[in-house]
Amino acid sequence: MTSFDAIVIGGGHNGLTAATLLARSGRKVVVIEADDALGGAARSFEFHPGFVSPGLAHIINRLDADVLSALEIDHSTTHVTAPTVALSPTGVHAVLRGAYGETIDGASREEAARFADFRGKLLFQAGIFKRFLKRRPPEVGEIAFDDLKSFATAGLHLLSKGREEGRDFLRMLLMNVADVADEYLTDDRLKGLAAFDATLGIHLGPRSPTSLLGLYYRLTGEVAGATGAQVVAKGNGQSIAALFDAAATKAGVAIRTGTHVEKIVADRGRATGIMLSTGETLTAPAIISAIHPQATFMALTDAAEIGTGFRRAIGNIRTRGNVAKLDLALDRVPDFPGVARADLAGRLVIARSIDHVEQAFNPAKYGQFSTDPVMEITLPSLTDPTLAPDGACTLSALVEFAPYALADGWEKGKPAFLKIVLETLERYCPGFGASIVATHFLTPADMEERYNLPGGHWHHGELQADQLLINRPVNAAAGYATPLEGLYLASAGSHPGGGISGLPGLLAARQILSEKRA
Amino acid sequence: MMHLTAFNRAEQGHILTPRLETPFHDQLAALSETNDWYSWAGYKAPHSIFDTELEYFAIRSTSALFDISPMVKYRIRGSDAARYLNRLTVRDVAKLGVGRVHYTAWCDDHGHVLDDGTLFRLATDDFRLCCQERHLPWLLDSAGGFSVEISEETAEIAAVALQGPTAFAVLEAAGFAGVETLKPFQLAEFAHADGSVTISRTGFTGDLGYELFAPAKAALSLWDRLWTAGSGFGLKAIGYDALNRARIEAGFIVANADFITADAALRADRERLPDEIGLDWLVDPQKPYFNGRDAILRARTKGTLKHVLVGLEIEGNIPAEGAIVYHRGKKEVGLVTAAIWSPLAKRNIAIATLSRPFGASVTDNLWVEIYAMRELQYQKLMKRVRVVSRPFVKLDRRSATPPGRF
Repeated sequence: MTSFDAIVIGGGHNGLTAATLLARSGRKVVVIEADDALGGAARSFEFHPGFVSPGLAHIINRLDADVLSALEIDHSTTHVTAPTVALSPTGVHAVLRGAYGETIDGASREEAARFADFRGKLLFQAGIFKRFLKRRPPEVGEIAFDDLKSFATAGLHLLSKGREEGRDFLRMLLMNVADVADEYLTDDRLKGLAAFDATLGIHLGPRSPTSLLGLYYRLTGEVAGATGAQVVAKGNGQSIAALFDAAATKAGVAIRTGTHVEKIVADRGRATGIMLSTGETLTAPAIISAIHPQATFMALTDAAEIGTGFRRAIGNIRTRGNVAKLDLALDRVPDFPGVARADLAGRLVIARSIDHVEQAFNPAKYGQFSTDPVMEITLPSLTDPTLAPDGACTLSALVEFAPYALADGWEKGKPAFLKIVLETLERYCPGFGASIVATHFLTPADMEERYNLPGGHWHHGELQADQLLINRPVNAAAGYATPLEGLYLASAGSHPGGGISGLPGLLAARQILSEKRA
Repeated sequence: MMHLTAFNRAEQGHILTPRLETPFHDQLAALSETNDWYSWAGYKAPHSIFDTELEYFAIRSTSALFDISPMVKYRIRGSDAARYLNRLTVRDVAKLGVGRVHYTAWCDDHGHVLDDGTLFRLATDDFRLCCQERHLPWLLDSAGGFSVEISEETAEIAAVALQGPTAFAVLEAAGFAGVETLKPFQLAEFAHADGSVTISRTGFTGDLGYELFAPAKAALSLWDRLWTAGSGFGLKAIGYDALNRARIEAGFIVANADFITADAALRADRERLPDEIGLDWLVDPQKPYFNGRDAILRARTKGTLKHVLVGLEIEGNIPAEGAIVYHRGKKEVGLVTAAIWSPLAKRNIAIATLSRPFGASVTDNLWVEIYAMRELQYQKLMKRVRVVSRPFVKLDRRSATPPGRF
């Protein structure tokens, strides 16, 4: 039996963030990772000899500055803000440059002005949310002074822009993205892009109520202080996983990869350690689970150690993924007609219009995949040449909608859906099919299996109004501490949510550091 | 093909019998002189059979048969049954031996009592849980992660309570050989007809008594067997009103009468922790984790318990049912939920819920205001009360083993 001050289950970027922070505070910390290497969904992997995928996350747009500085990670060398190309079947594309379209190419001057209004409004409103993303959610019934202060400053900030802004914020807060986009924009490519960005990774169509929240969430992210900016993820030694891995190692975190946690050891409502599949037991006063909350409580925790209501709430977290991940090895750099070579290194989005996204979503409601999917595409090897052999190229795409619980099952559905995805790409990149060397395709079912991600949901639970803030992942565990004393949550399933931010890990570590040591 | 209207009507046949009849109903109906029925968990149950006063004295002087079939009964079986019940209920199930029964309670995650009841350990992995309210969704939700099978057997199992000083003599006369060895809260199987009956030395009267559980189809023959044997021992069939008097004397509480169960409470401040309804002694902090543990222990540590359930002795002889309890005759501090003039204790007794610290650290200068209706005019009586321990009546014959024949 080995004892530590803290045990972190799951070596994804959030687990590593929490572990590093705790280690830097002088605690003896160990990270247990089931996979052979750290990084989780942010870890790059070779999917064909010589071809490396950046991992599930191929765009970095919300890596938190506080996380980076707390971990002493220097991410500044990677700041080449990637453009977004809203692809059009006509070959006349719109290109958003800077941080979420500070300038736009390929749209009329009037439309560009309208987009600027739209962007400005959303960035302002997202900024109000942002205040709440970097702190522990308030505890209803036990509102602390700090919480009141943050409510008050958010309110004052809103009012400082005039009553009109306050009214507009409350009006738009729970609207759907389609109505807002229609209100501001006329260009289907831009409206389609907004609809896509709002719903990526969320089981909502652009006309579903509250779908604007997804876009707000995206616009709370920043790169090097530029809100809404994005970079294409690198791989291998420069991957996010590698940076976090190095920070953890430097902080003196003990790391055990290829190690499976069998169960969380608990007695009378207090977690005291973990048992590994080897039978070895590690003990610590604080156990931080940086894996999906359902994996934590349904698989690792004895039902006899948690309440009926709590376990029921955890089991009811809505966490069915809707996104498939495609990685292609290409023998040459593909040619997307109408896209400048330099812009190929950015993000290419296939979402022709709001209707396109909505219609792609419709079948997902009934357990069917979209026959005309929407997707975002990157060519990561153009940003990080180490990902592909010379002259060759990798293509990465996040494709929706691909519901986790496919009515006919993914065994049958996967080849059929892959064929549709490749045909869709072919329409925007004629002849590219001949350049495919290898294909690697993950459905939500595959992600569940590969990443121990219930439902294959990268947010570790739907990022919707009912599963945010004080209700993320469930009310009784919203403050990182859980009803099982000594057990903390630090995954994307906790506030503020998914994406490569490190914030759940940071806030969980702060919570532990703020408590008296047991 | 049946016409749609006719089909719908056939489907709605249940509305013709809004009250279900228990397996003993035919005998009860035949004996009933008062024809005074009420609804107990959807079943037709007697308030009285012939005379509440005489029925009460049957419990205390001879013996009484009371149909408890409407009591909600769950069967919990499986290799994890004991572990499951230990997480579900506040008392330590590991300490409940096979063939034993214990009184217990269960709470939601916030420590609020969902119900109280009795848990019968029929075998190592086989339990029966009896209670007032229905809980199947909660029991099933609690089963996640455990290897257990849970079924409701309220309708399948007929149950009857045989209570009173001659209860043992009746069983003996009925030929249940070996029943004399049963200690309080012990159970055993006995042959009956072509099957068996489970007899436990339990009851809700504080008297010598037994409860008998048998398959519904064996109910009538079981009743007849007892009734025949009881003819020489003053056995009477009784209704709830008589039983209620006996249970108040014994100091037992009734869910949704003396406290509101957490599931039934519409108002947030009506929910109760075990310590707030006198069930603190059931809660075992040393046993493995159970639902509500954190909240109960936190309330104890922080001293945030808000209510207390107490026994009261009230001056005079007018039952104080529903009376408001006052401190110094002015400040409203609680409510009487059950009260009778106790013929056995010769005292005016009551069960009441008070707001702490009244009833806990402050027990002097408490009063109840009784509205005594006297020929269409209320007479308001302000009576002094004393907080006393329950039970109000303690009978040695309840626990003497072997039991007396009287």
